[in-house]
Amino acid sequence: MLGLGAERLRADMNRLLALLFHQGVLDEQFLQLQQLQDATSPNFVSEVVNIYFNESEKLLRNLRGLLLDREFSDYKKMGIHLNQFMGSSSSIGAKRVRNVCVAFRAASEQNNRPGCLRGLELLEHEYCYLKNKLHELFHLEQQRLLAAGVRYPMQN
Amino acid sequence: MTVEQEIDEQNDQFPVGMRVLAVDDDPTCLMLLETLLRKCQYHVTTTSQAITALKMLRENRNKFDLVISDVHMPDIDGFKLLELVGLEMDLPVIMLSAYGDTKLVMKGISHGACDYLLKPVRIEELKNIWQHVIRRKKFDAKDQKNSDKAHFESGEVGEGFPGTGDSDKSGKLNRKRKDQNVDEDEERDENGQNIEDPSTQKKPRVVWSVELHRKFVAAVHQLGIDKAVPKRILELMNVDKLSRENVASHLQAQNFFFLPSVAYHKLFSFIRAYYLALWMQKYRLYLKRISCVASQQASMVAALGSSDSTYLRMSSLNGLGDLRPAAGSRQFQNAAFGSFSPSSVIGRLNTPAGLGMRGLSSSGTGQLGFTQNSSNPINDLANFHSVIQTGNQNGNILQGLPLSLGLDQLQHNKVITQIGELNSTANDSMVHPISNGFSDMKINVGSSRNSLLGVPNNAATLQGHLQNNQRAGIFGNHSSVADVSLDSKLSSPLLDFGRCNDNWPSAVQSSEVQSDSFTLRQCFKQATPSDLRGDVSSMAMHIMTNPRDVSSIISVVPDTGTDLPSRAEQVSSNAGQNMDFALKQGWYDPKEDAAHHSNLTCISMNSSIYPDTVVGPYIQRSDARKKNCHTSSHLNVIGQSNCLDHPLVMQHKEVEQSVVETTLKSNQGYLKEQRKPLGNYAYDNVGSLEDVVSAMMKQDFPKSRTRHIKSADAAKPRLQIAFPLSVAGTERHLVFLLS
Repeated sequence: MLGLGAERLRADMNRLLALLFHQGVLDEQFLQLQQLQDATSPNFVSEVVNIYFNESEKLLRNLRGLLLDREFSDYKKMGIHLNQFMGSSSSIGAKRVRNVCVAFRAASEQNNRPGCLRGLELLEHEYCYLKNKLHELFHLEQQRLLAAGVRYPMQN
Repeated sequence: MTVEQEIDEQNDQFPVGMRVLAVDDDPTCLMLLETLLRKCQYHVTTTSQAITALKMLRENRNKFDLVISDVHMPDIDGFKLLELVGLEMDLPVIMLSAYGDTKLVMKGISHGACDYLLKPVRIEELKNIWQHVIRRKKFDAKDQKNSDKAHFESGEVGEGFPGTGDSDKSGKLNRKRKDQNVDEDEERDENGQNIEDPSTQKKPRVVWSVELHRKFVAAVHQLGIDKAVPKRILELMNVDKLSRENVASHLQAQNFFFLPSVAYHKLFSFIRAYYLALWMQKYRLYLKRISCVASQQASMVAALGSSDSTYLRMSSLNGLGDLRPAAGSRQFQNAAFGSFSPSSVIGRLNTPAGLGMRGLSSSGTGQLGFTQNSSNPINDLANFHSVIQTGNQNGNILQGLPLSLGLDQLQHNKVITQIGELNSTANDSMVHPISNGFSDMKINVGSSRNSLLGVPNNAATLQGHLQNNQRAGIFGNHSSVADVSLDSKLSSPLLDFGRCNDNWPSAVQSSEVQSDSFTLRQCFKQATPSDLRGDVSSMAMHIMTNPRDVSSIISVVPDTGTDLPSRAEQVSSNAGQNMDFALKQGWYDPKEDAAHHSNLTCISMNSSIYPDTVVGPYIQRSDARKKNCHTSSHLNVIGQSNCLDHPLVMQHKEVEQSVVETTLKSNQGYLKEQRKPLGNYAYDNVGSLEDVVSAMMKQDFPKSRTRHIKSADAAKPRLQIAFPLSVAGTERHLVFLLS
């Protein structure tokens, strides 16, 4: 039963991944990340993604702070933040987030405040969605490992 | 383990164990980078602070082999770090950024980055970064060696290689980079700095990208070759971080292209004028002769009339004695020069130099303009428009040429004959250069045909020329061809060629594809303007895809004249195929007396070029030609082949392999033979066209079985030069009959 669970969990994971790819939330870079995970770095993906989450939330907070400030005028700084956000998102494979960053950046370059506000909203939305899905994925992975771990001894 | 041992171990296994310092303020990317580098088996040290990185580097320069740094960092700008590292430690630095727009990359390069990678970084790219270490090492070693002189001999690209480490790009730029490196070394020397330690000197690295080079060429063109001094060029270029020395060394490198062009240009224009007069005279005579061939001419005229090119108009003139020299010559010139810059092909088929002016701009492309679109600079440079076009559409030219050859012949009975007249009048000189030019072109064309657009530069050049002339097709082509040849500073033949082009245009026009033209002795091939103009490649494809047509044309050729009309129709059906060429070849019956040696048969060349079209009849003829090519004044393939450069011959070979005809092969063989003598000759003396012509005549001339030609003037040796003119992709062959 547990073994079955492991298989099902794996299937669920794959389905979720497929969905995310299909939606364009993730791209091949995420697969590369997974490939980098091996015996020497068993939790590589989750580690990197967690770092990403931390950084992204910091950046988003900064961006929000900048934009909501009435006397906001420092688009350049916003651009810098966005730069970093873009770089890390693309490194993770978060395609949609990255694309929103690009649009956001374009708006900031034009000193378009309402555009930036919209961009920020979109960004936060995409980011939240990504975060939820990735959390779900990791959760499944954890359960699968547990289930798989349990199974082997039983087979023996 | 001692440090030395460690280092030795690392060196033995290099690139395994290469020590990399990774700097990025983004922890996500940094972690990813670290893992990736570890995966590549490098030894990685990471830091998120640029200051820390500098400290580490300063502690021990030898601790690291390579530095990878993000561009946007909070404490120190990535570029600044790059400079400092380059200055103090002379380590290769790779830039990393989420944005890859050109300005940033350029900035990176000018600051001395070895490479510029985009995020997300892929492991494949990281696997190759060790090359920068090697390069840097070699560069440094050499630098130490050549401390007294700033001559960097290896073509290595040291630093400042832009882009993403694309090896192809580096290969392309290597030559320029070499100059640049030399220049930089010289700068170092000039500054009297300590060359032993180059890292202490600030080395502005200038990469002569295509854009830069284009600007450079434009500036030179604007100034005029004579006045193009580095200082002025620099001013005109208006590029940051470009020094006079950079420009000077780059200019030096261009001399290969510039000087010959200039010299030849002047020389050619003079010679061209001379020969044009000669040619006109002969053309008149020829026209008279041609007029005997009423039926064909009539059809040709019809064909001519239909052609939309001004060229046709010109040719349709019965009394083409004048051949609208103005128009023709202009076109011709344009064609010749324009197209001929590739004609340098003759000299060097595939060298940009061949392109002449075009070469300048297309130096990057390195081809006769065959495939490059760098004709822009050329355009500026060349007087001739055609060249430029040809340059751009080298491929087109080639393709156009064959087509034009075939079609022209078909169509321009009259033109051909007229051309023949012209040729005859022009005599050797006329024919020779033209044929030379054509031969190149044709050969190129042929080869291009065969190789299905793969053909080399010759074709390209021709096409380029032809295309430039986008005059109603044929004429334009011719002129382009002519111009090309003229411009091709390569050899006198070129001049002739150019001249021939003048004549050709008229002839060509008439030969806008009607079979009758073929019957004319002159293998007047005119690229069907419409088709030819079009994309050469398409034309080539067209030709290629219409072997049937070609063969039909070819078959026509053998028949003296009657068949041609029908064939011509077929031919004309082909998009701009210059069956003319083929026809012409056929027409020029090798059996004609050897007196026709002097005839430069461009046609033969053309035929060779257009395997498809001409091949049929010509092939047979080529055999005959080989023996006594000059029997018939028409189709002096030989002449052409003579003119043709060696490479052309080879191209011919390619043509031979063309699917369609064996005749073509034979023609080619013929051409080859012919080509050599003439080619050599042509190059030797610019001025002795007559010699060339006679040399060409002496070569085997394929016996074209064109009765028409025979009847026209069997006894007279005629030089026929078929110029494949490709205008905008169409190829036309101008056939000059000189007698």
